Amino acid sequence: MRCVGPPQPAGGQQLTEQSAGRYRVVGRSPAHHDFVDKVKGSLLYAADWRLPGMLHGKVVRSQLPSARITGIDVSAARALPGVVAVLTAADVPNNRIVEMASGGLAELEVAMPVLASGRVRYMGEPVALVAAVTQQIAHEAAELVAVDYEELAGVFDVESAQAESSPRVHEVGNTLVRWQIRCGDVESALAAADVVVEGEYRTQHAEHAYLEPEAGVGWVENGVLTLRVSTQVIEHAAMIAHILQVPQSKVRVIAAYMGGGFGGKEDMTVEPYLALLVWHTRRPVRMIWDRQESLVGSTKRHPFIMRYRTGATRDGTLTAQRVEILGDAGAYPNLSPRVLFAAAACASGPYRVPNASITSSAVFTNNVPSSAFRGFGAMQIVLGYESQMDQLAARLGMSRTELRERNFLAKGDLLPTGEPLDTCVEVAHTMHRAVALLGEPPKPSAPGKAVGRGIGCNRHPYGRAIWFRDQAAAWLSLAADGTLLIRCGVTDLGAGQAASLCQIAAEVLGAPLDDISIYIGDSALNPPAGGTFATRQLYMSGNAVLTAARELRERMTPVAADLLGVRPDELEFANGRVWPAGEAGGVSVTLAELAAACVQRAVSTAHLSTWLAEVGSFDPRTGQGHTFPDYTYGTHAADVEVDVETGQVTVLRYAACHDVGRAINPMRVEGQIQGGAMQGLGYALTEDVAVQDGYVQAALFADYLIPNSLDYPDVLVGIVESGEGKGPFGARGIGEPPIGNVAATIASAIQDAIGVRPAQLPMTPERILGLLDTRRVDPA
Amino acid sequence: MTRRQLVLSVNGGDHEVWVLPSDTLLDVLHDELGLADVRYGCGEGVCGTCTVLLDGEPVNGCLTLAVQAAGRQVTTLRGLMGPGETLHPLQECFLRRGASQCGFCTPGMILAAVDLVRRRGRPSREEIKYALVGNLCRCTGYTKILDAIEEYVGLAAVDAPDQVTS
Repeated sequence: MRCVGPPQPAGGQQLTEQSAGRYRVVGRSPAHHDFVDKVKGSLLYAADWRLPGMLHGKVVRSQLPSARITGIDVSAARALPGVVAVLTAADVPNNRIVEMASGGLAELEVAMPVLASGRVRYMGEPVALVAAVTQQIAHEAAELVAVDYEELAGVFDVESAQAESSPRVHEVGNTLVRWQIRCGDVESALAAADVVVEGEYRTQHAEHAYLEPEAGVGWVENGVLTLRVSTQVIEHAAMIAHILQVPQSKVRVIAAYMGGGFGGKEDMTVEPYLALLVWHTRRPVRMIWDRQESLVGSTKRHPFIMRYRTGATRDGTLTAQRVEILGDAGAYPNLSPRVLFAAAACASGPYRVPNASITSSAVFTNNVPSSAFRGFGAMQIVLGYESQMDQLAARLGMSRTELRERNFLAKGDLLPTGEPLDTCVEVAHTMHRAVALLGEPPKPSAPGKAVGRGIGCNRHPYGRAIWFRDQAAAWLSLAADGTLLIRCGVTDLGAGQAASLCQIAAEVLGAPLDDISIYIGDSALNPPAGGTFATRQLYMSGNAVLTAARELRERMTPVAADLLGVRPDELEFANGRVWPAGEAGGVSVTLAELAAACVQRAVSTAHLSTWLAEVGSFDPRTGQGHTFPDYTYGTHAADVEVDVETGQVTVLRYAACHDVGRAINPMRVEGQIQGGAMQGLGYALTEDVAVQDGYVQAALFADYLIPNSLDYPDVLVGIVESGEGKGPFGARGIGEPPIGNVAATIASAIQDAIGVRPAQLPMTPERILGLLDTRRVDPA
Repeated sequence: MTRRQLVLSVNGGDHEVWVLPSDTLLDVLHDELGLADVRYGCGEGVCGTCTVLLDGEPVNGCLTLAVQAAGRQVTTLRGLMGPGETLHPLQECFLRRGASQCGFCTPGMILAAVDLVRRRGRPSREEIKYALVGNLCRCTGYTKILDAIEEYVGLAAVDAPDQVTS
């Protein structure tokens, strides 16, 4: 034992006002080891592993959106020197993937084949697989696989897909799921409303465009099929076992740190194809999708059609809202049932709506499948409910902020599902802060230009839908030298998922961050934490690590108290030491001394803890029940300039403010908000995977316009810390929420500038000129 | 196609490699020499994740054939580091400013920025934005990357005031 000075900060300069003084590590922004590897360029992503004797895999994809396969001839491909395997549907032990993404609550049961058998339902659908000794030979062999098709009629838009006479994408019908949420009497309330506004809003297919394409390697070791891939979800190991018809214990998935995911690596990408090739060849295989293959073959964000009818009293109090949402699921279910559920659950936004009728449907088409993409249904819908608020404000002659304030939800209010909100709603705070960040409104830079200011508020869930009874586990162990190991099945998208767990453990156990190592993303060696999606990992794994750390500390505390000769209820753990509370300069023991003493007394310094999320149930027939554990609220504000001659929209200033409950790492929180807002700007103004009669038109990455460094201004960030989230230390999730507000905010600013509301994304110059034309024709 | 032998000078060391005429510099650096800091992102020269310096000039490794690099100096991100993996000052700025999220674009970003500062001395934030237009980032929204580079510009100006050109 020796004396120590006062505790030192754990590193990083930023400290939010609210966290100052309460925490030592939480609320600061230290750089974590994975970020050191990232700036060195030494982090090994999924494509960076080579194994002895490694083959290269390639997927052969359908060239047609809807066709019958009349024959597949693989003889030429097999005959090519260097080709080791060519596989088709007949080689798949179990060729049925049944997702049932809502947990079987409401959707049709529709199977997706791993490799198309007899029928293709979208352009880009996998039909065959090739493995060869070089990537080049694999590509050549893929070209030699001859597939004969008989083209079939397809259906390419959700409205015609709902008609009885339309071609069926799947025999059971084209409407995969239809959710409804009801409260009050919406028709009477609309009839009685002083004012009613209506709108129809449309969004587009969008591409994740993570910079790291889908990739991975696979091999067999000790009889276990092992895949090291770029994935958000190692739990897909179970599905891979199902496809191969082997026990789940014989499949291991390791998630490399991802080069971005944004939901696009939530479904399986390369995994089933790698697994099949490895299983058949018994050799290591690598598969990397070309960017161009990724553009065609990867899932997209659902295009939505949203129809709103909103009623209010003359003083601007919302009385009723009827909402119909149609989402284009594409050819297979994937996660569409859940996406459309989130849309329905969030369709009324952060507002009190006493009478509501909300329906949302996922509809099959012969387009590329839609699935998870940052925002997950709750982001498309913001354009709907915020456009309605702006229209209503204009109709009533009220300010847009005043109308919103009159209707914001508050703690204790009921959502249309009948469930009460049990945490605070600081959305008004975020609104005033976001507008204040913009400063004085700008003036037009030249004649022929119009400037406008917009706002957009949102309510975004964090955590899985509540009936999934979500859980996450973490295993902490204090080594004999006082350093700490964290093991947790979390995967890391680049948002600092692993790093924040280290901060949480450091806060509780006092281990210095440099003394903590974290092992993540391994279905064999980590306790399961569930995938990194639904903005759930800080809430789930964060609480798991917090609980595990507290329980481990509790177990070791009597030993430390004994060593120090004090009462066990008054100890502080920090800076690698333990000392009596309030006596930082006095006697202390190191964590190493504590670990040694625990071993002597047969007290385990390893601890596994499983954290259970809130649970509840939802009744799909009544549309009442529990939906999500909690929400993150925020507001964005923007100044834009519209060139009325060209329709070009220039974003002049952009501000984003969210209540994150507690910022565990403020710099990373800012990064999430800035990055989410920037993705949202691309979505609002340029990004569009044009799909024409089932054919994806973007053949090159250059055709898909994600924001570059010149396109937009810096995103100004406001962080509100209400301290009332359900994550560790009162944190709320922030991964997805900041993308939600953007399109509505830009539409609001354009409306302010030109007096007409855009209702279709992306808001291209051509569409803005179209709106300006309607204004010229009809000045009202 | 037949392979030919080539000597590639990468980060100060010479490497003998056998390449096809069609092999890109990216393929050879990543797959033959095991340089994980040169990455495939699009194969079209759009995203910039395969950026390397060829005789000091940034190029896309996916649009450069390996044979074109013969007899020239190739520098990847790790070539900027000092002995014992000492971080380059711009790497330190990236860490301090939280300029990496997923990190996939980081090597290309840093190389493009180092080249800009070497050429321009004290570029403005607007000039930095212009120079990075061929290096896409999908995570950060660029602000923290620009902040990091601006901080480095300030440091570089202090270290080498004679390089200031404008």
